[in-house]
Amino acid sequence: MSNKMHLKVFRGDNSGGELRDYQVEVDEGMVVLDVVHRLQATQAPDLSCRWNCKAGKCGSCSAEVNGKPRLMCMMRMDLFKPDEIITIQPLQAFPIVRDLVTDVSWNFEVNKKIPPFKPKPKNPDGTWRMMQYEVDRVQEFRKCLECYLCQNVCHVLRNHGKHDVFFGPRFMVRLAGLEMHPLDDADRVKLMREAAGIGYCNITKCCTEVCPEDIRITDNAIIPLKERVADRYYDPLAMLFRAIRGKNR
Amino acid sequence: MTNYATHDTDVLVIGAGGAGLRAAIESAAQGMKTAVVMKTLLGKAHTVMAEGGAAAALATVDPRDSWKTHFRDTMKGGKMMNDVRMAEIHAKEAPDRILELEEWGAVFDRTPDGRILQRNFGGHTYPRLAHVGDRTGLEMIRTLQDKLVHMPAEIFMETTVTHLFKTGGRVTGALAYSRDKGEFHLFRAKAIVICTGGLGKAYTITSNSWEYTGDGHSLAWEIGADLMDMEFLQFHPTGMVWPLSVRGTLVTEGVRGDGGVLKNNKGERFLFNYIPEAFKNDVAASEEEAVQWVREVVAGKQATVRRPPELLTRDVVARAILNEVREGRGSPHGGVFLDIATQRKAEDIKRKLPSMYHQFVKLANVDITKEAMEVGPTAHYIMGGVKVHPETAMSTIPGLFAAGEASAGLNGANRLGGNSLSDLLVFGRRAGLGAAQYVRKNNPAADVNRADVEAAIAHNLSFFERKDAECPYALQREIQDMMGDLVGIMRTEDELTRALNALDKFEARAKKVSVSGGRVYNPGWHVAMDLRHIVQISRSIALAARERKESRGGHARSDFPNYDPKLAKVNLLIKKAEGRMQVVQQPRTEMPPELKTLVEEA
Amino acid sequence: MAFTTPAMRHRLGETTRRDGWWINPAAMALTFLVFVVYAAWAAIQSKYYTYGPPGAEHYTYISPFYSPPFQEYFPKVAAFKFFPAFWVVWLPIAFRLTCYYGRKAYYRSIMLSPSACSVGKGAGRGYNGESALPWILNNLHRYFLYLIVVLVIFHWFHFFQAFNFDGRFGMGVGSLVIAADTILLSLYVASCHSVRHLIGGSVDCFSCARAGEARLKAWEGVSWLNQYHNLFFWASLITVGFADLYIRLCAMSIWTDVRFF
Repeated sequence: MSNKMHLKVFRGDNSGGELRDYQVEVDEGMVVLDVVHRLQATQAPDLSCRWNCKAGKCGSCSAEVNGKPRLMCMMRMDLFKPDEIITIQPLQAFPIVRDLVTDVSWNFEVNKKIPPFKPKPKNPDGTWRMMQYEVDRVQEFRKCLECYLCQNVCHVLRNHGKHDVFFGPRFMVRLAGLEMHPLDDADRVKLMREAAGIGYCNITKCCTEVCPEDIRITDNAIIPLKERVADRYYDPLAMLFRAIRGKNR
Repeated sequence: MTNYATHDTDVLVIGAGGAGLRAAIESAAQGMKTAVVMKTLLGKAHTVMAEGGAAAALATVDPRDSWKTHFRDTMKGGKMMNDVRMAEIHAKEAPDRILELEEWGAVFDRTPDGRILQRNFGGHTYPRLAHVGDRTGLEMIRTLQDKLVHMPAEIFMETTVTHLFKTGGRVTGALAYSRDKGEFHLFRAKAIVICTGGLGKAYTITSNSWEYTGDGHSLAWEIGADLMDMEFLQFHPTGMVWPLSVRGTLVTEGVRGDGGVLKNNKGERFLFNYIPEAFKNDVAASEEEAVQWVREVVAGKQATVRRPPELLTRDVVARAILNEVREGRGSPHGGVFLDIATQRKAEDIKRKLPSMYHQFVKLANVDITKEAMEVGPTAHYIMGGVKVHPETAMSTIPGLFAAGEASAGLNGANRLGGNSLSDLLVFGRRAGLGAAQYVRKNNPAADVNRADVEAAIAHNLSFFERKDAECPYALQREIQDMMGDLVGIMRTEDELTRALNALDKFEARAKKVSVSGGRVYNPGWHVAMDLRHIVQISRSIALAARERKESRGGHARSDFPNYDPKLAKVNLLIKKAEGRMQVVQQPRTEMPPELKTLVEEA
Repeated sequence: MAFTTPAMRHRLGETTRRDGWWINPAAMALTFLVFVVYAAWAAIQSKYYTYGPPGAEHYTYISPFYSPPFQEYFPKVAAFKFFPAFWVVWLPIAFRLTCYYGRKAYYRSIMLSPSACSVGKGAGRGYNGESALPWILNNLHRYFLYLIVVLVIFHWFHFFQAFNFDGRFGMGVGSLVIAADTILLSLYVASCHSVRHLIGGSVDCFSCARAGEARLKAWEGVSWLNQYHNLFFWASLITVGFADLYIRLCAMSIWTDVRFF
């Protein structure tokens, strides 16, 4: 079983480009990435595309398919009607290197700014103990593949280019994973308010909508962090309480 | 002449999977100027695909476990072909390496008393795999990555090494190109650590992605380093078989560790018919016993009966599946059925194997909590690799080190699941340390010969000079298909000879492919440059496979189906002599008596 | 390291999405519009907000817009007599405006920031989100939470009142309308993100915190409810408007309350 499908694929770089039309043979069970590979092998050997595991585990093949940010390796072709035109574009929140490949190096620079895990002292028996019920929450954040679909769809970065003042949802998830770690002893609340720019997020949840790992980024990571920032900076009662308790100690 | 950027460094690490990252961390911690180059982005290497867990005798679940049992299991799984000292070091150091990860922020699944939880896996006597659901590799690589970015190491992403350089018998540097700009980079390095992983892309059906073209093996051999055990290639028994586009994608052994059973199209648990003599005493004799084992383990108890045959070592299970399919008892798409739906509750499956659930729903339209999966063998892991010194991880070329899948020794003829993640940590660290000590002790000059660099660049650019010659993608596919046909799970003398002849022709053709377009992120050009490595490592596998006239672990010959006691005493080395590849038998050293008793106790 | 992203060149509404991405924000905007117009009218009216059986000494139903009735409790304070609803409704409005879900709803539907995911905004770098005035004030959500808990208590008082027909236990359709409103408002408040934080979300190590086990259980419960916070937001918005409308229609004798017993 196979049939020809009509694709429009972005060809070009950061200075501009076009959506070029292709007709590609599609077999049963294929995903969008397979079709891109078939294009490379048959019609466009120099079509640039980043990929790796092809099983939704590495988060390399991020792109926008019909305007929706997706991992191409996890998007089956039978989701489309046989006569549907499929548009494949690179991510739109980063400079385009070529065709479907974008320069995501900014993300790696952001990660360096986050203070690493700092463990509390070990127990007297030489172990660290954590209960499954208290690591469940952190493990959700650690599922992140770093596909940067959330960074791509976040309007703060995408539409307003606030890359120098806002870390983006991926790194709010990273911060949450560290801040809520039962054994972590570092304090990143000031960083969250200042360098990470958590205030730029207006919790409109596009990041959550596109997450391929179904991490509830907004509800479970960003909002709880906003609450922690509010505890420290926007809650006069809590500040007063802390001041009194601090003196008593 | 083409421009290139030059970088001077003490230690250059090639590859940023678990081994590369761990090596770089150690090298940087030793105060070495360290650079890491990787073919992909940081954190995307195949370590993220590792699902089941990292084997280490932490004994948190079953206190009877110890390094000794782990050592014995590793040797037995490797059919006694392992480097004994490496197996010993690995078993002893793995627990510390895992606990160290926890110190760096890794969050493993927990026991009820708050320690690291361990799961059962094929070939391991006790529950031994520290894990995080079925995404352990991701947890490991992220932990190491986040550790490394806070260390003084330079990171070069999407940068591929195409040539190593040697001056005066020592390794002195490497030439690489960056994918995003197509520029060349010369690294002048006092020591180089190869952590390039495997070579699954020599096969059509593989769990490996595009980057696993055996670069490290091939580069090391090119400058004269010995390779070892190249005939031992692990076919993972359970890869997806349908749809075709995902054929080969891994289905974790964790499915079987958590109770999944293998059935043929008659509904029989056929593995009971394939239990090798050596494992008769370790494996359940009846379905009732196997079911009871699962019941006890699921309940968190220590098993009182023997484990199901599904947890036999991977070589045995892969061959059994192949045989069922050949004899007409396979599933509709040429595999067998892996069924966990009838063994465990839906909610348990989703909790313990979330990414498997996800993978099958998304890619195959199969709900594994309700239906069986169709699975079959897939090229997965090369036990062989660069021959290294067990303590320092240095190859036979001074200054050249190797760790992880690219190195040989730990796994012998067959790797136990879970041993590779701990291998990465144990020998990644040792390689980083070894390289640092080598640099400190010898302070060698990294004096790369300029003419060598220019010749290497000219070679890389030669593919643009021809127009309308052969397409690299088509040739790559042809080589892969040939390897699957002639150097697959079951091998014969005749087929291996034919494979070697075919490889000679492929070598000539690989030099003459042409690519169109420019140097910026041009995948056709990248494939063209990788072809050389695929041909060379394929030849090393075929040569060694033809030399080993017996069946053992990840090497099976239908013309020599049994063990040959004489061959048990040798490892096969792949050497370079006058530019040609040669296979040489190397006698094994006797096992020290105290370790020998450990192995024989069982 | 600021750079211009491809999407920064997109005009407002420009997208390659082919689905009806505009339906959701449009529906939300329309709902808000209808509610605001109706609520303003109902609050300004300052009459027809209670209803009881004819001849009864005390009313049975009171519109949630007018609960608590300060003018009734403090008859000597003249200020409470003018637009009594104004003394009440500012609080739920403030609570909803600063609500983590409410924010999403109006940022998307009213401010088009963004209207939908991967849809162009036609805007440049001039965006401060909640890092500057006025939206930084949304951080005060928890204060409105503390106050609205008081309001919810009054709602429960009027919930019981709604079954008191001149001293006799009874039930009319209006009782059910008020009950629905009270329950949904309570669920909306209980599922609030700030509640989730205060009750346990701020704890990292439940096994070492004081009352950790209880806080864990409470946090798990609120977390469960919190998944449906958006649902409760809309449901309680609709029921509060409907409760006012129902009582108003009865009070204006346009509609007759049906008594079950």
